[in-house]
Amino acid sequence: MPLDNVVFWIFAPISVASAIAMLTRRNAVHAALFLVVNFFTVAVFFLILEAPFLFAVQIIVYAGAIMVLFLFVIMLLGVDREESLRERIIAQRPVAIGLGLAMAAEVFFAVRAGIGFARHAPEGFDAVNAGGNTQALARVLFRTYFFPFEVTSILLIIAAIATMVLASNKTRSITRAEAAEAAAAAEAGDDPMQDAR
Amino acid sequence: MRTPIAAFIVLSGILFSIGTVGVLVRRNALLIFMSVELQLNAVNIALVAFSRMRGSLDGQVLAFFSMVVAAAEVVVGLAIIVSVYRRRQSIDVDEARSLKW
Repeated sequence: MPLDNVVFWIFAPISVASAIAMLTRRNAVHAALFLVVNFFTVAVFFLILEAPFLFAVQIIVYAGAIMVLFLFVIMLLGVDREESLRERIIAQRPVAIGLGLAMAAEVFFAVRAGIGFARHAPEGFDAVNAGGNTQALARVLFRTYFFPFEVTSILLIIAAIATMVLASNKTRSITRAEAAEAAAAAEAGDDPMQDAR
Repeated sequence: MRTPIAAFIVLSGILFSIGTVGVLVRRNALLIFMSVELQLNAVNIALVAFSRMRGSLDGQVLAFFSMVVAAAEVVVGLAIIVSVYRRRQSIDVDEARSLKW
């Protein structure tokens, strides 16, 4: 039995199980840790599919940076709060699970009708990856997809600025009505800044 | 490589469906966000698998771009969640149903 098949059938159940475990945890930290497991299994699939550069990026960016950010925010907002399990829309949970199963079944039948279950990837991907996957990817990225790559840098700058604007803890500016109210309160002898905050 | 390509695509579909159910069922905004990340990852598997099937690197480049966009999206989304939490002391999405507070 070829090695990649063995690795796939070991990691595919781990991947699905960790995704379902993430969904069913009530504690957000546990869910985040299961998501890390899932990201690592996805990285292994990239390795099987002969994309070692994306394997490294997946671990560094997703399992490293993004999950640290998630855990940081979870710690910031408090880990002890648990969400209520009361359904606010009637039968929301069963309907959602039913729709999820329907979607998985749809993908299954679409793949069977489309590319079929017997189709294997063609040999000779080594020729595409000539000189190393990273080098080959860089050639495609900087020749064919150079403009989208540059646009990506603009996107990242915008995201960084947006985050600073959204998360900055600046005090709200006071409207004219509130200022008048505060002045009236000051005349009455109260603390003028009490309402303005 | 002896694993059929369809196995990767079906796995990707299953993970995407699990992410969809997570978005529909959970009420904690952070958990919803994690489910969206799961969906993005599932699509990345499909992209890389198709790239392998076609014998070209375009799919891998697209997966790379999708990772970059996901990183930007996470940063902005978490900042929004933090600012909503500051306003309302809650990250339950059902609590935040009014447009202005």
